[in-house]
Amino acid sequence: MRRILSMLMENEPGALSRVVGLFSQRGYNIETLNVAATDDPTLSRLTLTTIGDDLHIEQVTKQLNKLVDVVKVVDLTEGAHVERDLMLIKVRATGAARDEVKRTTDIFRGQIVDVGPNVFTIQLVGTSDKLDAFVASMVDVDILEVVRSGVAGISRGEKVLSL
Amino acid sequence: MELLSGGEMVARALEDEGVEYVFGYPGGAVLHIYDALFKDCKVPHILVRHEQAATHAADAYARATGKPGVVLVTSGPGATNAITGIATAYMDSIPMVVFSGQVQSHLIGEDAFQETDMVGISRPIVKHSFMVKHAEEIPGTIKRAFHIAATGRPGPVVIDIPKDVTRPDEKFEYHYPDSVKLRSYSPAQRGHTGQIKKAARLLLGAKRPVIYSGGGVILGEGSELLTRLARELNYPVTNTLMGLGAFPGTDRQFLGMLGMHGFYEANMAMHHADVILAVGARFDDRVTNTVSKFCPGAKIIHIDVDPTSISKTVQADVPIVGPVQSVLTEMMAQIDAIKEKDADLPEAASLERWWQQIDEWRGKHGLLTGRRYRESDMIMPQQVIESLYRATDGDAYVTSDVGQHQMFAAQYYRFDKPRRWINSGGLGTMGFGLPAAIGVKLAFPDADVACVTGEGSIQMNIQELATATHYSTPVKIICLRNNYLGMVKQWQDMQYEGRYSEVTYADSLPDFVKLMESYGHVGIKVSKLEDLDAAMDETFALKDRTVFLDVLIDDMEHVYPMHVAPNGSMKDMWLSKNERT
Ligand SMILES: Cc1cc2nc3c(=O)[nH]c(=O)nc-3n(C[C@H](O)[C@H](O)[C@H](O)COP(=O)(O)OP(=O)(O)OC[C@H]3O[C@@H](n4cnc5c(N)ncnc54)[C@H](O)[C@@H]3O)c2cc1C
Ligand SMILES: Cc1ncc(C[n+]2csc(CCOP(=O)(O)OP(=O)(O)O)c2C)c(N)n1
Ligand SMILES: [Mg+2]
Repeated sequence: MRRILSMLMENEPGALSRVVGLFSQRGYNIETLNVAATDDPTLSRLTLTTIGDDLHIEQVTKQLNKLVDVVKVVDLTEGAHVERDLMLIKVRATGAARDEVKRTTDIFRGQIVDVGPNVFTIQLVGTSDKLDAFVASMVDVDILEVVRSGVAGISRGEKVLSL
Repeated sequence: MELLSGGEMVARALEDEGVEYVFGYPGGAVLHIYDALFKDCKVPHILVRHEQAATHAADAYARATGKPGVVLVTSGPGATNAITGIATAYMDSIPMVVFSGQVQSHLIGEDAFQETDMVGISRPIVKHSFMVKHAEEIPGTIKRAFHIAATGRPGPVVIDIPKDVTRPDEKFEYHYPDSVKLRSYSPAQRGHTGQIKKAARLLLGAKRPVIYSGGGVILGEGSELLTRLARELNYPVTNTLMGLGAFPGTDRQFLGMLGMHGFYEANMAMHHADVILAVGARFDDRVTNTVSKFCPGAKIIHIDVDPTSISKTVQADVPIVGPVQSVLTEMMAQIDAIKEKDADLPEAASLERWWQQIDEWRGKHGLLTGRRYRESDMIMPQQVIESLYRATDGDAYVTSDVGQHQMFAAQYYRFDKPRRWINSGGLGTMGFGLPAAIGVKLAFPDADVACVTGEGSIQMNIQELATATHYSTPVKIICLRNNYLGMVKQWQDMQYEGRYSEVTYADSLPDFVKLMESYGHVGIKVSKLEDLDAAMDETFALKDRTVFLDVLIDDMEHVYPMHVAPNGSMKDMWLSKNERT
């Protein structure tokens, strides 16, 4: 099962490599990874998606908690949550394809954020599935480049991940 | 407040931390620190002959005393040489603080002379690591490092210090903190009361109980409590290789070590148990054999301070996260409370039947209830350990290298006290034994310290004979010489039809007696059984000399019992070359 593990970690050099290293060292997989600063300059927030059964995820979570630089870990998929992945995708857009790409972008509520004579760059935000679906819909379109932020997520309601 | 340079702060912090010895080796990146040690530091420095030995000596010092071992090495090759020893300590959860020098801050990342990314290289084998950026951070970082190394599940911590941070001409206020607060590090202080109650009930209801205790009982100073609990319940106890001595080896309730080379009665009892109390043990693959066949009828209570050890390989029915001392104390109180109310406990008769069964196993194949090894014209390795046991009244500190000799020592030396058996279990590091013995001897100068080794292992850190000369640490090296990498040969005998690929070197071994003499030590060679005891006694009678007892043993002996693998369970064992359960 796919899980979204989100954690607060010390904003220290080397903290990220401990988390990533843990995954490679113990043979755990990482599907997506997202990390950035928070409102608290001493903390950064790292969110990753991984795949595994309950026992496996329990062990992964325990191992993450054991890292001294990791302050708190939650499995967002255990409860209601909002997840977002951001994609920038550059496609060749000439002739009829230009309209076609524009239409599909609208359907997916994406935005064309850069326009060139021959290319569009589209920004799309949503769940990973939605982004996958958009890429899949670009069948006759020449995809030049794809970049995704990886999943970021947050619990619904009052529940917060904080100190 | 006093002004100190970074180098002086390191030296002072070691004093303030109460460090007894620093094991190390100098080099460019740590010159400022060495100068500070030279000028003003009460902590003696032990100059080893290879940085790996510094880590093993410090590690063994920690195993024997319970206090963190301390290592100081230079950058680059000094740091990388320390890696094997750090990994050894990590695998066995040994508290250790390793200071490594680093190139100057402005050179980091430039492939500077003797630059190596120590924090990066050591990352998977440390409990935590620090890179110090400014001299002012030194006292706080050192305090945190010792705290992290020694609390919770202990482990090695690396402090990497760039040379410029220790420069003598820049001084800062020095204050060594009294306490540490780390928001992201708070090891469990006590177990969950509900879980402990549940465990106490399960334990009291057991008909075929076994206590399976490991290194965590020693690390957590829980031996006395565990012994009391076991005696009060009259339950059988088995120890892992790392747990030997946590329960007295000569006690009637002791079943011997369990696992791959464990005692028949210990493995049989585990396999047939209905309740297993695992304390400070981590269900290692050398213990469980095939996990899916592990102890099919048993409910498992698992006490461990590290939640990742619980249900990692074998699912626990009653997990208890907490330190052995507080959990066992609470568990004993719960047990007394339940007993008082006398809920429907199984009659004493079932426990008696269980003991009868165990005694039957013991009588049939127990290693200590009859001679279980071959007749031979040569000295048998088991006899050497028996002789060592006799000569030292079972009260020596015994360090070991890795191989058959290690298993024979674990089986035949009956440790009655914790912290007496000092060996590398998790990593299985050949070369551990001699530097370890030196570390232990420094901690306990008046105690008998023996290093049980093989002619293969001893050559992996044999340069430390010079350290033994330098610091007059009279350790006794008991070499079980079979002229083979015996443990590897055993596997080649059993699984590769005796194709001895690269396991023999008989013609190129040094003359150990002469070698010892050249270091100023004593070498004694024995090859006849009738000379063994006298030679052993002489070895220990030479109180202030380092002695190498070179015992020529039968070269075809295997270690038994040995788990049948693959696909075997705990009860599937080879008992000799042609006998299996
Ligand atoms: C050649 C060879 C053969 C071997 N054969 C065997 C064999 O036959 N049998 C055998 O047992 N081993 C054998 N080993 C050793 C094996 O590889 C493991 O090192 C060993 O089994 C682990 O012991 P342990 O389970 O006690 O755990 P340890 O490695 O000692 O771990 C200690 C556990 O206790 C926990 N702990 C620490 N402090 C506390 C505390 N205060 N409170 C509670 N918990 C705490 C830790 O979190 C950890 O989970 C062999 C090794 C070699 C090299
Ligand atoms: C550093 C290291 N290299 C290789 C091994 C693999 N190994 C395990 S036991 C052993 C043989 C040890 O030979 P010796 O020290 O003579 O002991 P014996 O088994 O003969 O008693 C080897 C090579 C190891 N454990 N450690
Ligand atoms: Mg040998």
